Amino acid sequence: MTALSALMRRDIRIALRVGGGALIGVLFFLTVTVLMPFAVGPDLALLTRLGPAILWLGALLASLLTLDRLFMADHEDGSLDLIVMSRTPLELACAAKALAHWLAAGLPLIVATPVLGLLLNLDGSATLAVALTLLAGTPALTFTGMIGAALAVTLHRGGLLLAVLVLPLSIPVLIFGVAASQAAIIGPLPFGTPFSILCALSLVSFVVGPFAAAASLRHGLD
Amino acid sequence: MSLIDLANPTKFLALTARVLPWLAGATAILLLVGLYQSAMAPDDYQQGATVKIMFIHVPNAWLSMFVWGIMSIASLGTLVWRHPLADVAAKSAAPIGAAFTFLALVTGSLWGRPMWGTYWEWDARLTSVLILFLMYLGLIALWHAVEDPSRAARAAAVLTLVGAINIPIIKFSVDWWNTLHQPASVIRMGGPTLDNAFLIPLLVMAIAFSLLFITLHLAAMRNEILRRRVRSLQMMQANQRAA
Repeated sequence: MTALSALMRRDIRIALRVGGGALIGVLFFLTVTVLMPFAVGPDLALLTRLGPAILWLGALLASLLTLDRLFMADHEDGSLDLIVMSRTPLELACAAKALAHWLAAGLPLIVATPVLGLLLNLDGSATLAVALTLLAGTPALTFTGMIGAALAVTLHRGGLLLAVLVLPLSIPVLIFGVAASQAAIIGPLPFGTPFSILCALSLVSFVVGPFAAAASLRHGLD
Repeated sequence: MSLIDLANPTKFLALTARVLPWLAGATAILLLVGLYQSAMAPDDYQQGATVKIMFIHVPNAWLSMFVWGIMSIASLGTLVWRHPLADVAAKSAAPIGAAFTFLALVTGSLWGRPMWGTYWEWDARLTSVLILFLMYLGLIALWHAVEDPSRAARAAAVLTLVGAINIPIIKFSVDWWNTLHQPASVIRMGGPTLDNAFLIPLLVMAIAFSLLFITLHLAAMRNEILRRRVRSLQMMQANQRAA
């Protein structure tokens, strides 16, 4: 347990320091959201309607952008080999790393959502709904993305491949995230139905992600 | 002759060399019979002659999912049993599966034009098959990203199994998404349940396409084994020159 919490503390510290790159995700999120009005035009009513979709797409791309740091940096300095060889189960170590990555790179996206919601003319309750769905959904993005990151790190040049492999897997999260936000804003469906499916997707990814990532690390690094 | 005996690539090559001509012949005969029956099938009272696209479209769509199932079993063979031919089977199935998926999309689109008035509709089925196609392409890209076949095999096996878990989830979520956002604007092919005049040619075509897949798959596996032999021979030669 102490090994896992030490691993998490170390990962968060590295991510937040200079060169860690966790906050670049937030900057990217901001930039993508600001780009959207240039593309669709500054029509506030239209932006309100598209708002949840824009925020979700931005968060998805931002979390994808930082994913390759999850194992790559550790692989470069050799600490990944130590983690694989240590007595701590690799599945748990992967889960701890993903959780640390989400705390450092995913949580700031959710904190930034109210500001970006303001830019997209979303009112208070709509912003709250989007932030809530992001809170429930981004862990699923991190934990399924971790599988792609583990595959990419064993291939040495997996940067672009990571996006191709991970994006199709994240479609259900995107669908239910946007569906839950839309349900909260315009109805007619109750918010609870898509939101609980979103939570279920996150829980499934907690189970599947660490095992698949650990399997591909164990088989790939030799 | 059990599955373990086939682990020896030489025995596999010898067996498939004997089986393949018969399989190819059976495939050709069944395809001819199926095509003839499809051509002779009566026109649908609503769709006219376009209903005949179904005899090509439906077998392709079935196989697009069936091939992912085959690859998942082969991936289990790679990761769990370390069967030496499992990764050969998984690798050579991927492009064939992608081709079947692509054909299902194209024939579906051609069928959709006269029936729905559009080549593409963001309908639940179409969307989930399109995502399946994207996943096939990602898997093929993964196979081609690594030089060492056994390393690539294990990475691809993990991705195939994750995909096998995810495809039902994607299918289900897309179904849900469609019913949430779009009222039933798509003209459905409801009609009467399939009459025997359509059902029999369809089943013949389905068996013919399955045989076609098995034939192509075995041939592709033979090619892959031979390709690996050539590769290791070339590397041996390069080593000897260097030494």
